[in-house]
Amino acid sequence: MNLNFFFEVLIGGLLSGVMYALVALGFVLIYKASGVFNFAQGAMVFFAALTCVSIVNRFGLSLWLAVPLTMAAMVVLGLAIERLVLRPLVNQPEITLFMATIGLSFFIEGLAQMLWGAQVQRLDLGIEDVPMEALMNRFNIVVSRFDVAAAGICGVLVAALAFFFSRTKVGRALRAVADDHQAALAVGIPLHHIWGIVWAVAGFVALVAGMLWGARNGVQFSLTFIALKALPVLILGGFTSVPGAIVGGLIIGASEKMAEVYIGPMVGGGIEGWFPYVLALLFLLVRPEGLFGERIIRRI
Amino acid sequence: MYYREAGQFKTSYAADSRIFPIRQDRTGMLLLCVVAFVLVPFWATPYAFSAILIPFLIFSLAALGLNILTGYAGQLSLGSAAFMAVGAFASYNFVLRIPGIPVLLAFVLGGLCAALVGIAFGLPSLRIRGFYLAAATLATQFFVVWCLTKIPWLTNHSSSGVITAQKIVIAGYAIDTPAGKYLLTLAIVGIMALLAKNMVRSNVGRSWMAVRDMDVAAEVIGIRPMRTKLLAFAVSSFYCGVAGALYAYAYLGTVEPEAYNLDLSFRILFMIIIGGVGSILGSFLGAAFIVLLPILLNVIAHALSLPTSVASNLELMVFGALIIFFLIVEPHGLARLWQITKEKLRLWPFPH
Amino acid sequence: MNAVTEAGLIDAPAPGARRIGEVILDLRNISLSFGGVKALTDISFDVREHEIRAIIGPNGAGKSSMLNVINGVYHPQQGEIVYRGQPRRGMNTHDAASSGIARTFQNIALFKGMTVLDNIMTGRNLKMKSSFLLQALYWGPAQREELAHRKEVEKVIDFLEIQHIRKTPVGRLPYGLQKRVELGRALAAQPEILLLDEPMAGMNVEEKQDMCRFILDVNDQFGTTIVLIEHDMGVVMDISDRVVVLDYGRKIADGTPDEVRASQDVINAYLGVAH
Repeated sequence: MNLNFFFEVLIGGLLSGVMYALVALGFVLIYKASGVFNFAQGAMVFFAALTCVSIVNRFGLSLWLAVPLTMAAMVVLGLAIERLVLRPLVNQPEITLFMATIGLSFFIEGLAQMLWGAQVQRLDLGIEDVPMEALMNRFNIVVSRFDVAAAGICGVLVAALAFFFSRTKVGRALRAVADDHQAALAVGIPLHHIWGIVWAVAGFVALVAGMLWGARNGVQFSLTFIALKALPVLILGGFTSVPGAIVGGLIIGASEKMAEVYIGPMVGGGIEGWFPYVLALLFLLVRPEGLFGERIIRRI
Repeated sequence: MYYREAGQFKTSYAADSRIFPIRQDRTGMLLLCVVAFVLVPFWATPYAFSAILIPFLIFSLAALGLNILTGYAGQLSLGSAAFMAVGAFASYNFVLRIPGIPVLLAFVLGGLCAALVGIAFGLPSLRIRGFYLAAATLATQFFVVWCLTKIPWLTNHSSSGVITAQKIVIAGYAIDTPAGKYLLTLAIVGIMALLAKNMVRSNVGRSWMAVRDMDVAAEVIGIRPMRTKLLAFAVSSFYCGVAGALYAYAYLGTVEPEAYNLDLSFRILFMIIIGGVGSILGSFLGAAFIVLLPILLNVIAHALSLPTSVASNLELMVFGALIIFFLIVEPHGLARLWQITKEKLRLWPFPH
Repeated sequence: MNAVTEAGLIDAPAPGARRIGEVILDLRNISLSFGGVKALTDISFDVREHEIRAIIGPNGAGKSSMLNVINGVYHPQQGEIVYRGQPRRGMNTHDAASSGIARTFQNIALFKGMTVLDNIMTGRNLKMKSSFLLQALYWGPAQREELAHRKEVEKVIDFLEIQHIRKTPVGRLPYGLQKRVELGRALAAQPEILLLDEPMAGMNVEEKQDMCRFILDVNDQFGTTIVLIEHDMGVVMDISDRVVVLDYGRKIADGTPDEVRASQDVINAYLGVAH
């Protein structure tokens, strides 16, 4: 077994795992703050990426201008979601909210394509997808510069979010809200402002994720399926844990790549589609609440 | 005032436990059967059969299956299309490899194969619940479709994975006209709907609902959660399996594993959300809605001369918006709206 | 009570024939802990057939945990449960239910999505034997069984005077009626031992009187042994034959209501004298 190749695959997997973690973070944010599993996160990633890329390509604006504009659009989207979808469904069971976000994802996908068209567009972030010379020359390992840069950006973002949740007043309020909407309202926490903030932050995360994924694979409809990939990440890492999302992402990314490269040829390939899910399923059987998730105790 | 129960006294528990205790309902159902079995085959166009009626019936059956699992037993599943696929490919293989086997038997056997797969993938439900279970069912969805693509024996070594459903021959009669296929599907769906209704109002159904509402309490009164959940998976997968077989044999004619993808699973889930979770009637109403909506939108798009891309995006948006709308306004779906209408008809036209 | 006997309820002994029999349930040295928290410490008491046994004590004393142990929901780390002379190690809830133990819960555990009738019918679950295939056909033995059990459940409905709400979804009922429905579900199983966890919590005076009447009728007409947790001292002293008092997971008194009322330990526990 070629050790260099093994490391390449491993590192490649870990790096894509970081990207998964980024998308999973958006889920964790919203779930932590509103107890809603936002199935529409993938659609939001798609919407953000498509809007940004279209602004650059259609109107010829630079990326530095497009990003804040897209961010503004995401904030508006977040506020609209809070107002039109979440507020009427306050204190409904989780399943209802989950299904509402499924409907939301369809809506956002249709909206994005309606506004900007369905063609694949290239997104150029200025970081090239070439091997890092240092690693290649020293250790003979081929690792893309882009992947490393993406991992770096994700790392910074994750650290910032972790700090936000544990140290700031808003973060604490968010955690209270996640437990019980009505109780939080009763204590005077401005629920609807908080949700607006959270969805805006989630929108920002979606934007970053969308840009990174879009630069890598092109901005196209299949971006929405990344959200589905985030599910096994969340299962492993727990739905409410920021570090869990990172660890889960790394594990899923690495194991997915390794399985495809090493087990795939034995069974005809295409394992990537289901391997993370089966892994998550097996994990759930052993530890239903994930690595870092909270244990739910039901009293009777 | 036309819907009053005045004068209808039930003097036995048997009379009270009927599926349609109110006489107006029974008359209405009878009329519906006459229309469906006799009038429609005469008047409907082949297009109506192939594009509206047959898919409506098939989806209703799949929605029934999912409703049993998710609506009555409370186990959220995103893998219904996978069970449909198992039913379709299993039936195909039975017809292919056992010469002379009656097609209906092949459908039943296909359904049983789907039920076995359902039990296997339903085992996690004993430990996992809620979203986690939904995520686990995604594993089912992706894995099963992958298996069907990768195991050549299942698709009779067809290079593209596409199988062509054989002709349906029952008792010497070939059923290959749209009207014939419609009647066959109608008969199968009708019988299975009746069986489902019976199960749901018996001890089985109550056990399912008990496990859905509070499984800890259900266990305490002696209901076995494991058996109940696995039975729900088995029955639900059987229904989806038969629906999948019909999907191949009576609707599309040629299918590949990708036809039973995640998108289809979501469509079936939407059918039960909009139609009414936990309701047999709701499965039919939801299926009708989801089948008719794209056609309606197409007609509107044509009338307004919109390009097709806009129409398909519009369909996505309207879909999504409607789901949210239903969840906000009437979480129990069209079935509940129908119930409320009937309540209002008791007094109409007199205001209260 | 006359209406009840006239309705021909099965197993109704002649009025006045109730007498307290032998020990039917014996709990020996039960200790239960969750992690580091000791819920029950070395508790022993017995329950005689046909009697009404009350478990009382301040909040957090471990009363519900005690019922959960009898019922098989919790498994004690130490101790033995002897039911009808047979030791029951590791009895789970299904075994308990099929041996004739039924219960109600402190925070109502009804199935909110079903009607009153359906909820009480679930109580007959263990007595229904037909396979699901026959039930799907709803014909022959399955239909006969369903209707026969419906008949029994209707007797329970008559007994509890809830005929007018039998088709109402349980989630829409007021609290007092929900408690009554839960009692009906337990009664439908025709249990030998009925465990009631605060059956009168949150009720007004009239509702309490009704509930007392039902409990006494059940004990009188069917001879059902009743173990009940209750905070209302008036009720406890009036209807119970013997009382067990728990405090901080230990038994501090055991005897007739009068004996317990006079015990200094019990008075201290309730008045909160420092331990």
